[in-house]
Amino acid sequence: MLRPLEPVSFAARVWLGILFFALFVAAWAWATFGGYVTKTFLADPLTMVREGWELLVQHGFLHDIAMTVWRVGGGFVLAALIAIPLGILMGTYKAVEAFFEPFVSFARYLPASAFIPLLILWAGIGETQKLLVIFIGAVFQLILMVAISVGNTRRDLVEAAYTLGARDWGIVTRVLIPASAPDIAEILRLVLGWAWTYVIVAELIGSSSGIGHMIVDSQALLNTGQIIFGIIVIGVIGLISDFLFKAANRALFPWSLR
Amino acid sequence: MSKLAIENVARVFPPAHRGAEPTRALEPVSLDVADNDFITILGPSGCGKSTLLRIVAGLDRASSGRVLLDGEAVTGPGPDRGMVFQSYTLFPWLTIADNIAFGLREKGVPEAERRQAAHEWCRRVGLAGFEQHYPKQLSGGMQQRTAIARVLANDPKIVLLDEPFGALDNQTRALMQETLLGIWERERKTVLFVTHDIEESIFLASRVVVMSARPGRIKADVAVDLPYPRHYTIKTSPEFSALKARLTEEIRAEAVRAAEGH
Repeated sequence: MLRPLEPVSFAARVWLGILFFALFVAAWAWATFGGYVTKTFLADPLTMVREGWELLVQHGFLHDIAMTVWRVGGGFVLAALIAIPLGILMGTYKAVEAFFEPFVSFARYLPASAFIPLLILWAGIGETQKLLVIFIGAVFQLILMVAISVGNTRRDLVEAAYTLGARDWGIVTRVLIPASAPDIAEILRLVLGWAWTYVIVAELIGSSSGIGHMIVDSQALLNTGQIIFGIIVIGVIGLISDFLFKAANRALFPWSLR
Repeated sequence: MSKLAIENVARVFPPAHRGAEPTRALEPVSLDVADNDFITILGPSGCGKSTLLRIVAGLDRASSGRVLLDGEAVTGPGPDRGMVFQSYTLFPWLTIADNIAFGLREKGVPEAERRQAAHEWCRRVGLAGFEQHYPKQLSGGMQQRTAIARVLANDPKIVLLDEPFGALDNQTRALMQETLLGIWERERKTVLFVTHDIEESIFLASRVVVMSARPGRIKADVAVDLPYPRHYTIKTSPEFSALKARLTEEIRAEAVRAAEGH
């Protein structure tokens, strides 16, 4: 039945994926309704749904969601605007790479969340600070990954382009960039996922709106239903953005599909 | 005057690690190629024949000596020396038509003219109707035909082919040889074709240059006086067999040397 690397049908894939979600919720329901876990620590699924509805209808949670999405999007777009051109330059020109690479590799390991106290000092607790956390969390990763992807462009394609009369700038714009474009799109998708974890941390500290802010408030009230609802909302938004990214990549780069 | 002059071109690769000997890939090689010649360079693997071709293309630098094309020294790659590689080097993000027109676009040829040329070249290499396909939708043989069209559309002074049919199966390879020969008989381009296949080297060439095992040098220069246009049945003619027997001897000695030496 199960064979290594044997593909499964699309329908089977969907059902198996749903099955695990169902089992997960079932285990959760069993633990909470069965009284194995006290309500203080973990709300049951129904309470979670009720609390979530209340959040949306009475407490303007949609505004919090919008704020968080805006912060992730804004910080991430800023990071991409810097990282993609710089990464392409580093991947193309080895001297530029030698200049930036050591610092970027170092900066990549600086945890963005550790900058939050500093950023609050510098930029206050407003939106600038939130955007900067996302920016710092994403930009160095993006630069390095884009540079590696561009640097790994097939040499024989570059050579073919040279023998067809391409000059250096033509090599960059007509070979290196199109060859690594699907990779870069995939890198953006991946790092966007990481940016989501930073935004929540940024909102846990010194914030008056956003999903993370709501989660901290709910913790003070011991409302685990709301906390779980918040976490699930984050997961769902992540899933949606992932899906959109994949769909966009398929539409943009039909030639790279396997 | 010869179209292409290779004058005492040698290539020494620096040692792979400290203390190792530098690798002498190519002993000083000289070769004159006349206009409209179809020259095949025949040699065992690792004899430096691809290195020589890459130096002519400008993708590799000679350690000494020089290459002259129409009397001008080659300093780097350029569209006057089109190259077809052994690996499939079509740009996967471009359609077949756009691949063929790649060099024309680099030259600034207007869009309508490019499309016209791509269409015409598709027809000439037997790929009419595949203009809007992507390379991955094509078989290996079709991809190499596109690669040849891509080079010829650019109208180079000389066409360099580095074992272009090496990755194809025997039947496809034979058909590709006929296609290439047909194009050459029509277009009369100057061609330098690297291969390790003896039959291929005779069938295509007006001259076969045999290279020795590493370090490579020219061991024999054999004129092929079979009349053009050539039909595949020529491969079974007595003249062809005699040439094949002779080149087999030349190559065998080198293959044995290469096997013993490395």
